[in-house]
Amino acid sequence: MRKIGISEIEDIAMGAALLGAGGGGDPYVGKLVAIGAVKECGPVTLLDPDEIPDDVLIMPIAMMGAPTVLAEKGIGGKEYETLYKMVSRFFGREIYALMPIEAGGVNSMLPIAAAARLGLPLVDCDGMGRAFPELQMVTFTIGGLKATPMALTDEKGNSVIFDTITNKWTEELARAVTMSCGGSVSVSLYVMTGGQMKQYGVKNIVTRSQKLGEAIRTVKNSAPLTPEEHFLQFAEGFKLFKGKIADVLRETRGAFNYGKVVLEGIGEYKDRQAFVQFQNENLLASVDGEILATTPDLICLVDTETFSPVTTDALKYGKRVMVVGLKCFEMWRTPAGIELVGPRYFGCDTDYIPLEKRCEGGTANV
Amino acid sequence: MYKLGIDVGGTNTDAVLLDENLNVVADCKHPTSRDIYEGIMGAIRIILEQSGVDRSQIAQAMLGTTQCTNAIVERKHLAQIGILRIGAPATCAIQPMVDWAEDIQKIAVGNVVIGGGYEYDGKEIAPLDEEAAIAFFREMKEKGIHSIAISCTFSTVRNEQEARAAELCRKIMGEDVHISISSEIGSMGLIERENATILNAALWQVAEGFTEGFAKSLADEGITNADIYLSQNDGTLMTMEHARRYPILTVACGPTNSIRGASYLSHRQNAIILDVGGTTTDLGAIQNGFPRESSVAVTIGGVRTNFRMPDVISIGLGGGSIVRQHDDGSVTVGPDSVGYEITQKALVFGGDTLTATDIAVRLGMADIGDRRLVEGVSPELAAKAMETIRGLVEDAIDAMKLSNEDTDVILVGGGSIILPETLAGAAEVVKPQHFGCANAIGSAISKISGNYEKLINYDVVPRELALAQAKEEAVELAVRAGAIRETVEIIEVEDIPLAYYPGNTNRVKIKAAGDLAE
Repeated sequence: MRKIGISEIEDIAMGAALLGAGGGGDPYVGKLVAIGAVKECGPVTLLDPDEIPDDVLIMPIAMMGAPTVLAEKGIGGKEYETLYKMVSRFFGREIYALMPIEAGGVNSMLPIAAAARLGLPLVDCDGMGRAFPELQMVTFTIGGLKATPMALTDEKGNSVIFDTITNKWTEELARAVTMSCGGSVSVSLYVMTGGQMKQYGVKNIVTRSQKLGEAIRTVKNSAPLTPEEHFLQFAEGFKLFKGKIADVLRETRGAFNYGKVVLEGIGEYKDRQAFVQFQNENLLASVDGEILATTPDLICLVDTETFSPVTTDALKYGKRVMVVGLKCFEMWRTPAGIELVGPRYFGCDTDYIPLEKRCEGGTANV
Repeated sequence: MYKLGIDVGGTNTDAVLLDENLNVVADCKHPTSRDIYEGIMGAIRIILEQSGVDRSQIAQAMLGTTQCTNAIVERKHLAQIGILRIGAPATCAIQPMVDWAEDIQKIAVGNVVIGGGYEYDGKEIAPLDEEAAIAFFREMKEKGIHSIAISCTFSTVRNEQEARAAELCRKIMGEDVHISISSEIGSMGLIERENATILNAALWQVAEGFTEGFAKSLADEGITNADIYLSQNDGTLMTMEHARRYPILTVACGPTNSIRGASYLSHRQNAIILDVGGTTTDLGAIQNGFPRESSVAVTIGGVRTNFRMPDVISIGLGGGSIVRQHDDGSVTVGPDSVGYEITQKALVFGGDTLTATDIAVRLGMADIGDRRLVEGVSPELAAKAMETIRGLVEDAIDAMKLSNEDTDVILVGGGSIILPETLAGAAEVVKPQHFGCANAIGSAISKISGNYEKLINYDVVPRELALAQAKEEAVELAVRAGAIRETVEIIEVEDIPLAYYPGNTNRVKIKAAGDLAE
């Protein structure tokens, strides 16, 4: 058990932006919501998963909709109380603690605000260990858990509980209501027991985000290592490429940003070429025609000087970036995990081969 | 007819006089004074003596100033204000100024979030809570406040509630209250837009000071027939009246003016500009004759905003940058510099520090100081140092580019002598005349603009029709700001498809600019 205050929030936001693997958007507004809640209601208690009894109820918190709408409307502040009441009434039980559903962008921050406002502890665990674009893409799906009952509320006080036959239906219905409510809503889904959380969740993810954020903030104090060696060491990252952004191709289809960023090598990668393909999050990294990493492993672009993460929204010609691969949570590497979030699901014509295998014998450094 | 352009910088006040064909008639640099007006008066006097021009023939006078930037950064002369945000029940979890530093938070005597606001499609979140607005304005009046910042969710889509609140504010606090409205100042992103509006509200006294002071210094020098304008940060001008209402738009006009001036002097509409000083080089880009805007949120004095700012990067390379040879034979240049002490410390001036300027003299690229004093520098070292300089500059130029194509590069600033005449990635490298007063020229030749931004669903309004209407709106805004209708051109059209929105919603941004009415 430990406390999360304002300085911890800053580090978690930075680290979660890295774990967002290009997605999740700018955590700025989420950070303000979390800071505002902690200033008003005090620091949040973070519990280790092992501190949670098996039979209690855990309620994940997230926002659904467009980050650009969230940047205008923010959060009202009463949404979390509404969600709490809806969920506890549905189950006829108290909620023991809250948890994030993904590490990345605003959704790493909002559960902290909810925990502060409700006076409930937050569990150091989530359902992705990174960010993914669709609602069913959580480790809990592998465990056979349903997204529903899913509680949804807007800042005006409208609220809905969905009870659906599949997670795909939940996604479809929830998207429609989100648009009617003005494009950005607060939700709770995959409500589960402490035991289920421990069995399927990605543990210690908040702490990992915070440590990554802290390390990026202090990356210059790396002696005797170079900042880059230091970064790769603490992130347990595989250096895949270092280059200058030569082109960014974008296309918006449905609710997603698709695209490809082309890189020209710099430094030891001079005269070499790479590209990274994305759909909100980075999906595939290829160097000189050889695929070095694919989803569900994390492909992160970071600034070559500050090592702060560069999200897919912020890709810009001329920017110098390092492409880093991080190993995904073990459960994503099972056949069920690969079916859910592997390269073929996203339309990449390649099998999933673990990052460390693809990099074996190559030039990538650990 | 003559135009007078003035740029008040931290060290120097530059002045330039242009004739009606925009030829440079006279230019000068004069030390900036503490109260800036002495500096302006001094510069004007020199210009008038140099040119012998009849004062009554000066028809327009333009000022670029760092007064607002300094006030925010130094937290000085900022007014006490009240902040009204329309948006409850939305937005309440993020109170105004939540992440501002404490020392600047003090400018807000009161702040409140009241019922109202819009959704992305213009639907009301709630009707405007007029009673709450009235109560807040009464309280502010009692507390002796003279300036109010008003913001509202999605006011860039619909601004009726902001306008209505401003009307109520005037009714209660009196016609002379200063009102800053977010939809007139910032773009999408409530918090950044509200922040810029708050800063604008706090700057009214500063704005009154420099607008009146500039007018007075001109009058005291006998320039009484001139229309007076202020430079804003997008390379266009605004009237005194406009500057009094939107002082925040003057922030960062210095780099903008230097980019515009360089563009004018070199007759380039699309180029990358390098302003090389003693310690740093600022790089900016000119696109269709106007400075390229930054696409990321800009922080001023620690406050995050989203209003128009030029996209500028700085690197630690200038005429005074220190050159070092290391044990492994490599040579570095900067980022540290001898700065203003260059005339004592550089080798060519008899000093003991090897600087970038010494390298340029050794290689015969410049003739400054005593060239015999650098004869001891080995040609190999000089060549290596020049390669380092070239690498730094070429990398920075590349970082400013939006595509792989070669671009013209314009060099201005006193330190530009240290740069080679050919650079990779540059179609042509240009060093124009009068490069020392590019800032003041940029100020003098600016146009006047109108900006229009809205979310439009192309399934409801077809794209062509929507863009045509938006362009008309932008032209009207430019004319309202003082442009001659016939000269107004659309200079920027941007429509960005928005993910997650229903239908085919795009964010449309249009900018129009034209010549100043005489």
